[in-house]
Amino acid sequence: MAEVTLVEAVNLALNHEMRTDNSVVILGEDVGVNGGVFRATQGLRETFGFKRVMDTPLAETLIGGLSVGMAAHGLKPVAEIQFLGFIFAAYEQLITHAARLRNRTRGRLSCPMVIRAPFGGGIHAPEHHSESTEALLAHIPGIKVVIPSSPQRAYSLLLAAIRDPDPVVFLEPKRIYRAVKQRVEDDGSDLPIGSCFTLREGQDVTLVTWGASVMEAMKAANQMSERGVEVEVIDVATVKPLDMNTILASVRKTGRCVIVHEATRSFGVGAEISAQIAEKALVDLIAPVKRVTGYDTVMPYYRNENYFMPNEEEILAALQAIVHDGE
Amino acid sequence: MEAVCHFDIKFNRFIDPQGNVVDRLPDWATESFLVSAYQDMVKTRVFDQKAIALQRTGQLGTYPSTLGMEAIGVAIGLAMDKEDVFVPYYRDHATLLKRGYRMEDILLYWGGDERGSLAGMPQDFPYCVPIATQCGHAVGVAAAKKIRGSSNASLVTIGDGGTSKGDFLEAVNVAGAWQLPVVFIINNNQWAISVPRNLQTGAKTLAQKAILGGVPSLQVDGNDFVAVYDATKEALKRAYHHKGATVIECVSYRLSDHTTADDATRYRRSEEVSSAWEREPVKRLQQYLYKQGAWNEHKEQALLKEAQQAVEVAVKRYLSSEPEPAEAMFDHLYAEMPQGMEEQLEELSTKVQRMAAVGKGGSSHG
Repeated sequence: MAEVTLVEAVNLALNHEMRTDNSVVILGEDVGVNGGVFRATQGLRETFGFKRVMDTPLAETLIGGLSVGMAAHGLKPVAEIQFLGFIFAAYEQLITHAARLRNRTRGRLSCPMVIRAPFGGGIHAPEHHSESTEALLAHIPGIKVVIPSSPQRAYSLLLAAIRDPDPVVFLEPKRIYRAVKQRVEDDGSDLPIGSCFTLREGQDVTLVTWGASVMEAMKAANQMSERGVEVEVIDVATVKPLDMNTILASVRKTGRCVIVHEATRSFGVGAEISAQIAEKALVDLIAPVKRVTGYDTVMPYYRNENYFMPNEEEILAALQAIVHDGE
Repeated sequence: MEAVCHFDIKFNRFIDPQGNVVDRLPDWATESFLVSAYQDMVKTRVFDQKAIALQRTGQLGTYPSTLGMEAIGVAIGLAMDKEDVFVPYYRDHATLLKRGYRMEDILLYWGGDERGSLAGMPQDFPYCVPIATQCGHAVGVAAAKKIRGSSNASLVTIGDGGTSKGDFLEAVNVAGAWQLPVVFIINNNQWAISVPRNLQTGAKTLAQKAILGGVPSLQVDGNDFVAVYDATKEALKRAYHHKGATVIECVSYRLSDHTTADDATRYRRSEEVSSAWEREPVKRLQQYLYKQGAWNEHKEQALLKEAQQAVEVAVKRYLSSEPEPAEAMFDHLYAEMPQGMEEQLEELSTKVQRMAAVGKGGSSHG
């Protein structure tokens, strides 16, 4: 059993699945000899050859289209979009084809493909490299959107994504690509897509988050514990389809909910969670739902990106406020 | 300065608009084969006219006619191997009829019923409405075939307007870079709704767009069945023998409106259309066969009657079909319905019952 970072866990999962399933292929920009700009596909070209690890021309629309064609014809493509900010040219393929092929052909053809993309801020990257646009993907019927927040979940959820019979967008929080190391057994065991993970149990407040924000959320929860408030931390992990059962059960128990995400505030995944809580658990709420998020602005260039991303202090402040709210 | 590269684009035609042979016909072009191709083209035209009539009488949704482009569609359909993968755009009714679609399947699709795309060869892609996006799928399929060591090919169709999109250019580019077994057929029918060919691009031919990807290409007379079939067959052979992709520009003319929702008299002169009628493909092959003594008026009448009967049978089946249960919109979204959707499905079921009770259920065509 090795101690690996999140990005190494991605590599481990890719390697495992390519070893055990020869229909799995990798395509994308610089994924071959270079091993990907974050090294997520490092060593795979050497092990599996250029037929299964393909450097595509620099064309995201093409990467989307190729993946649909391959997936409909017996391969399981795992495509890398170098940064989520470059996925927009592939949206037409995602929305009009990948997400619909099964439905349009009444199950005759399907699209078992994965698109991986690093996302989020915090690494001093250039313009267009730091956005969190998961909500733009989650709004599309027919695809799934998965976001791991630890090496183990990156490994096991990526395996599940590759094995899933439908298209999955797998968003990797690059700020925590190398933040922690964790023991991950390369045994090929996956975790369910469409399930939240309760990382910490608590009776007093439900803290719902995903991606890189999970680390700040856990720190804030630990601080609250020292002050005698027990926070239940839920890593959403799959933003679509959303596991509202877990979230609602927790909110019914605690009566208080703080949602933390790095993406802009309005019309997002946090808004959806909040709406469903209002629809189904309003009477259980002691205090209004709170959101700690990025602003409804363009993500600033990196000199000011720390002001955009939710931090531990903000989360702590929201938790403290909600505990006193409704008293 | 010296030239470092030379390119030229060839044009091919065997039978001229009057049905005269202008180049020695290839060996495959036997009389019996051309007669059967002609029959397919006539059947397509009879079907097409009926589909338009159905739309005009409120029994079919918006429909894109294939009038004037029958030679291209039938030639592709006859040239392709069963195991090849057809990746159509939205005007390929003639080809789909050769790929296992029944006429009622085509009517179902344009009549607003997803089950229309259940038809045909199980590996083929369904109609593709978003322009040029199908090109990506065709190279994806071709890459899968190459990786798997299959010797078959994919074949994709696209209109003249579609060649302006990056999707087409990106696909041609990778087809050249990866030497993929794929054939691109451009149906250059001169009009992308109201925008004429000369406003799509400053390029003299559309075939030359293949040069950007290092893919061999040629232009053929798209109203000459023999020229389209010959080029397609050659291109497929190249693909089967691992010699890479080909782009074929078929020069045709859209004798119809863009779709039944369009009125082409708003933007093109009637003289242009009537001169195009003098070059059209069905009449051309008919004249050739007449001249060969392989066809006559008696056979023509019998064929028309047979085609009309077949169309009537298909229309009857189509019109008597019940709409799919509305709940089907949930059935095929994912392999397994995710949690949280049961609720919406129940909502829909209640709505279906409520609306059916007051006679406002799914629409029928009759």
